[in-house]
Amino acid sequence: MKVPVFSQKSFGVVALAAAVAFPLVVGNTFFQHIMILFFMFATMAVAWNIMGGYAGMFSFGQVAFFGIGAYTSSFLLITCHVNPWLGLIAGGLGAAIVGAAIGYPCSNLRGHYFAIATIAFGEIVRTCFNNWKMVGAAEGLSLPMLDEGLLNFMFHSSKLPYYYIILVFLLIALAVCYLVSTSKMGYYFRAIKESHDVAEVLGVNVVWYRLMAVMVSAFLSAMAGTFYAQYVLYIDPDSVLLLPISIQIVLISMLGGAGSVMGPVIGAAILIPISEITRVWLGSKGTGIDMLIYGFLITMISVYQPRGVWGLFAGAGRRAR
Amino acid sequence: MNKEPCLRVQGVTKHFGGLTANDNVDFAVEEGEIVSIIGPNGAGKSTLFNCITGFYKPNRGKIFFFGKEITRYRADRVCKIGIARTFQVVQVISDMTVLENVTTGALLHYTKVGRAREKAEEVLTFSGLMEKKHFLGTELTIADKKKLEVSMALATQPRLLMLDESMAGLTVVELRGMIDLIKSIRKNGVTVVVVEHVMEAVMEISDRVVVLNSGKKIMEGTPTDVVTNPEVIQAYLGDKYHAVCK
Repeated sequence: MKVPVFSQKSFGVVALAAAVAFPLVVGNTFFQHIMILFFMFATMAVAWNIMGGYAGMFSFGQVAFFGIGAYTSSFLLITCHVNPWLGLIAGGLGAAIVGAAIGYPCSNLRGHYFAIATIAFGEIVRTCFNNWKMVGAAEGLSLPMLDEGLLNFMFHSSKLPYYYIILVFLLIALAVCYLVSTSKMGYYFRAIKESHDVAEVLGVNVVWYRLMAVMVSAFLSAMAGTFYAQYVLYIDPDSVLLLPISIQIVLISMLGGAGSVMGPVIGAAILIPISEITRVWLGSKGTGIDMLIYGFLITMISVYQPRGVWGLFAGAGRRAR
Repeated sequence: MNKEPCLRVQGVTKHFGGLTANDNVDFAVEEGEIVSIIGPNGAGKSTLFNCITGFYKPNRGKIFFFGKEITRYRADRVCKIGIARTFQVVQVISDMTVLENVTTGALLHYTKVGRAREKAEEVLTFSGLMEKKHFLGTELTIADKKKLEVSMALATQPRLLMLDESMAGLTVVELRGMIDLIKSIRKNGVTVVVVEHVMEAVMEISDRVVVLNSGKKIMEGTPTDVVTNPEVIQAYLGDKYHAVCK
């Protein structure tokens, strides 16, 4: 799939302008909340995309990195009064180290076997946190209220700062993804995705590059985890370590177009608002219709545009050339 | 001066359970030569290829590249020291263009993608695929895919190129193109080892031929020696090839 970079760039510039202007035009906090969730899931999906979309490592355990990020910064804040920004870096590094530790023994697993291993990894992490008393076990952690401000990564009077912080996180994730995709590493990831044998005969150290993919992806996912903890101020295993979150991240990326920089953002822009709006408007009736709509959309995209929504643009770009 | 051969395979044995795929195989390839490995299906040619290129570890024996032992090297390390290969079933990166595929190979010696791309374009001009540089790997004919695979291998700037049935299934015209390409590769100073069934090509390009059967080397010599050897003709080539070497 050859996606012309200029079109991704121009799309990105327009989308960024709209994103910056949105909360200034729309004052409704519910819609701002949806946008915050959209950016957060988009950040995680972009992070997943580096691993799953480019390097072909289909991870269903991404939520573990998200959870480790959330727990690390929250735990450090509660017990050692470590500033959440430092906690964010610690969480990112912690997730990257855990990712490398689990990625190394899984380095020879391919395709479905790797996916199964990541499900097990995610569940193991959830079970550990569910029973680990030091981090609140199943009760989770409540973050202390600090003074409002950027330094404390905590805002009580408005969602706007959270909105712009997670937007910046998303831009960081996109920048990393763009740099990776256009660099030697990106080429090697795509070779690994095609086949380990092809990559190896081109001189690619497959184990090393797969670990790099996991670590970069884990760090970015953990950043989103810290953001979530600071935004909601309460975390427990059921909110930050649940398997359906991992599945949702994969679906977002696949729907938008895995293996392209902007694909996961488009996926999140479609799925998160639908998911939230149908849940809020229809979910309370208990009919499950929100999930039906969600499922129908995913099925349609899978059948008619398996390369994801971004595949439509990419196809048009290639035809134009 | 006793110069080390480009490749020396010394007593290589490879078992898969109870099956001996390679049994004490010895041969050497001098720098600048084109050597063909032939033999019927199941003779152990591809296994030997895989042992040399680091995909399999031999149970016994040693492999040397310009005198340096590489028996236990991983496949990517084998590539880094200067041995490139292609596969029996063509393998290219399907969602990349021809240029990107070859650039990926060239990145072995360059950090910057731009420089690697320049090298890739040089290789594509050499292999005659420059006009198709924007095609996806999947959009190529089988002959072009094989050329692409050779180009990817060449982009890693090897000293030894190992081709696994790169001429199988080609039309007469395509075969001519591939033979000419292999000859020009050698002219550029790259040693070539081919596993091949297409005897027409083997006869034309090879300086020497190694014959394997049931994992053992049964003969080694010039193409004429091999195809005039009654045992080889009867057992592996069939009578019809006898005419080729008259």
